[in-house]
Amino acid sequence: MATTQYLFAGFGGQGILFSGKFLAYKGLTEDKQVSWLPSYGPEMRGGTASCSVILSDTPVGSPIVSKPDVLVAMNLPSLDKYEDSVVSGGTIFVDSALIERKVKRDDVTVHYIPATRLASDNGMPTLANMIIVGKILKELGGYNEETVNAALSKVISAKRADMLEINKKAMSIGANN
Amino acid sequence: MVVFEKPHALTDVPLHYCPGCTHGIVHRLVAEVMDELGIEGKTVGIAPVGCSVMAYNYFNCDMIEAAHGRAPAVATGVKRALPENIVFTYQGDGDLASIGMAETVHAAARNENITIIFINNAIYGMTGGQMAPTSLPGQITQTSPYGRDTDHCGFPIKVCEMLSEVDGAEYLERVAVNNVKNVKNAKKAIKKAFQNQIDGKGFSLVEVISSCPTNWGLTPKKALEWIDEKMIPYYPLGVYKDRSAKEAE
Amino acid sequence: MADKVLMKGNEAIAEAAIIAGCRHYFGYPITPQTEIAAYMAKRMPKIGGCFLQAESEVAAINMVYGVASTGYRVMTSSSSPGISLKGEGLSYLAGADLPSLVINVQRGGPGLGGIQPSQSDYYQATKAGGHGDFRMLVLAPASVQEMADLTVKGFELADKYRMTSMILADGTMGQMMEPVSLDYEIAKAPEKPWATTGTKMEREHNIVNSLFLQPDELEKSNNERFERYKYIEENEAMYEEYMMDDAEICITAFGIASRVAKNAIVEARKKGIKVGMIRPITLWPFPNKPFEKTIGKIKTYISVELSMGQMIDDVKLATKCSGEYVLCNRVGGMIPSPEEVLAAIEKANGGNK
Repeated sequence: MATTQYLFAGFGGQGILFSGKFLAYKGLTEDKQVSWLPSYGPEMRGGTASCSVILSDTPVGSPIVSKPDVLVAMNLPSLDKYEDSVVSGGTIFVDSALIERKVKRDDVTVHYIPATRLASDNGMPTLANMIIVGKILKELGGYNEETVNAALSKVISAKRADMLEINKKAMSIGANN
Repeated sequence: MVVFEKPHALTDVPLHYCPGCTHGIVHRLVAEVMDELGIEGKTVGIAPVGCSVMAYNYFNCDMIEAAHGRAPAVATGVKRALPENIVFTYQGDGDLASIGMAETVHAAARNENITIIFINNAIYGMTGGQMAPTSLPGQITQTSPYGRDTDHCGFPIKVCEMLSEVDGAEYLERVAVNNVKNVKNAKKAIKKAFQNQIDGKGFSLVEVISSCPTNWGLTPKKALEWIDEKMIPYYPLGVYKDRSAKEAE
Repeated sequence: MADKVLMKGNEAIAEAAIIAGCRHYFGYPITPQTEIAAYMAKRMPKIGGCFLQAESEVAAINMVYGVASTGYRVMTSSSSPGISLKGEGLSYLAGADLPSLVINVQRGGPGLGGIQPSQSDYYQATKAGGHGDFRMLVLAPASVQEMADLTVKGFELADKYRMTSMILADGTMGQMMEPVSLDYEIAKAPEKPWATTGTKMEREHNIVNSLFLQPDELEKSNNERFERYKYIEENEAMYEEYMMDDAEICITAFGIASRVAKNAIVEARKKGIKVGMIRPITLWPFPNKPFEKTIGKIKTYISVELSMGQMIDDVKLATKCSGEYVLCNRVGGMIPSPEEVLAAIEKANGGNK
């Protein structure tokens, strides 16, 4: 597809913006046109957070994703709010550890992954977001060791280089579940 | 033998101040200090809004005219850009203690290395004699025609006393220019306020109790007496803060 | 592409300003532009520059006035309510013919309004930044790259014309990240013999001033300033034309609204509708020339705005009220969707076909 529009949504503190940023950087290292737009304001500190990411082969028009090709829902309010906005034929990733209900739509592909539980089971409680990213890359294609490493080194500051490996591990857990 | 001459730091432009106004004295003191310290060539002065709005025409150093009350903020910008230069503001009571109070207090809090000459004559002169933040209780002005009623419009602000509680401030002194002795003291204070800046000591403010015979409705001589009778009892002269001197003790 | 980095629009402005030689920044926190201050706070001390958090927007703009008087490049940034507070300073900067750069990352108003994106300060920026007859150069970026490019350009124009340049962005532009290249050749700033840097006892004193008590002198200074403005109007207007060659419907939009409109134009073209866009990049001077060319060719102009319709007035003036004018807008922090713009295009084209 020439353009893919992603919408990441969940609670503030779940790393919603970070995972979007990772995907944008990965796109950049693959010479794609990219944009990343966060929700901002007080809701970022504990309320709902979301971010729009667009990866495209052509210049990005509006950076606002209102009809996502890919929705990542990391809590129930996000699924409730955005489920209907996903394009027909699109994909929804659901953190099934936090969201009990199933997706109602039958014209989209749905992947359920208990990311938050997997994260705590594997001693990486803050990395449910990257487990889902791993799942996205596996299901939608695009897991490329080189660009993943390049993108991770961009989003993780040099001071926290010790976090590189655990992020990669989180992604591989996601890819294998 | 030269008995009397104009300081070099004053221009030849005739002052526009009213007869008997003490702005002229303070201008001269500032100019003499610039001459004596040899700093005219590297001084940038900032004029306020009020009677001394056109001070930029009277000082020979580079001059900037600021918006009402904002001179300490403008001075902050100048000093941060030109730390080797000497920067002073010349402000009246309405400018410094009413509309510009935030800029005054925060420049002091930051210990900006600037010099402020603060003219307190307890009235708005330029606009024709309205109540100032420093007008005395009971003082009759155009906007307090029955006398300043402190129940209705509050009390005068004592700038030196207030700023003396601001940790950042280096030097605060209140002087007057209503007699020869006071004028001599005023010059000493102004010189110290500039010398402090040269020495990098920081925020130095000299409050000068001044007269406004026109808007006080008094003759020049009576106005000078009114300073002794009314102003100085409410605004006692003296050093309110001298951090370096205190630390040296 | 290798030299491109992902940056937030706010950060791109800050870094571009530093590259342009700005070493003095004064500001006061307000959403959604605080990243600019945070970036400056981090960077300035490392490069011998000055970041200072002012006690208010009013103080910040007057600190700008102080540095501008010395001839150094200087900037401040804020968002809508804070820009209102700076209005006094903007007028004084204009009256004293001082160059400066002011950033407005707009949010919804009036009053405290909201913190989501808006374009409702268009009138304020282009027509009424403060009291008195004056103009600011108003630059409207539509990408993170333009946030940076127009910052550099803004400093150059400000110095050239001794004026304030204002970057009129919005919350989306400030918060979004896009790839940006910061590879600039920075021209040497012009000499500023008027600056108050101390006479060194070698010249007459310089005076930075906006007070003219003699009305004939004040009139003269206004007339001289407007001669300069006239030259700028003829020489500095910037715009982008998009699919205008055969267009019968013309979208007008700036900033984020133009990004949304582009999506809608692509969809409309797929349906065979001849629609294009003129995107003003300078809001003042308003790019009248490309609009004049459309007179007689365009039947409907659709102004897409995040306001109750402000730029649309200038579109009408530029096209001499020769067409039909439609406002396609959302306000309060809402952003029109491409579908809403497409619906407006289809309606202008005679309804859904």
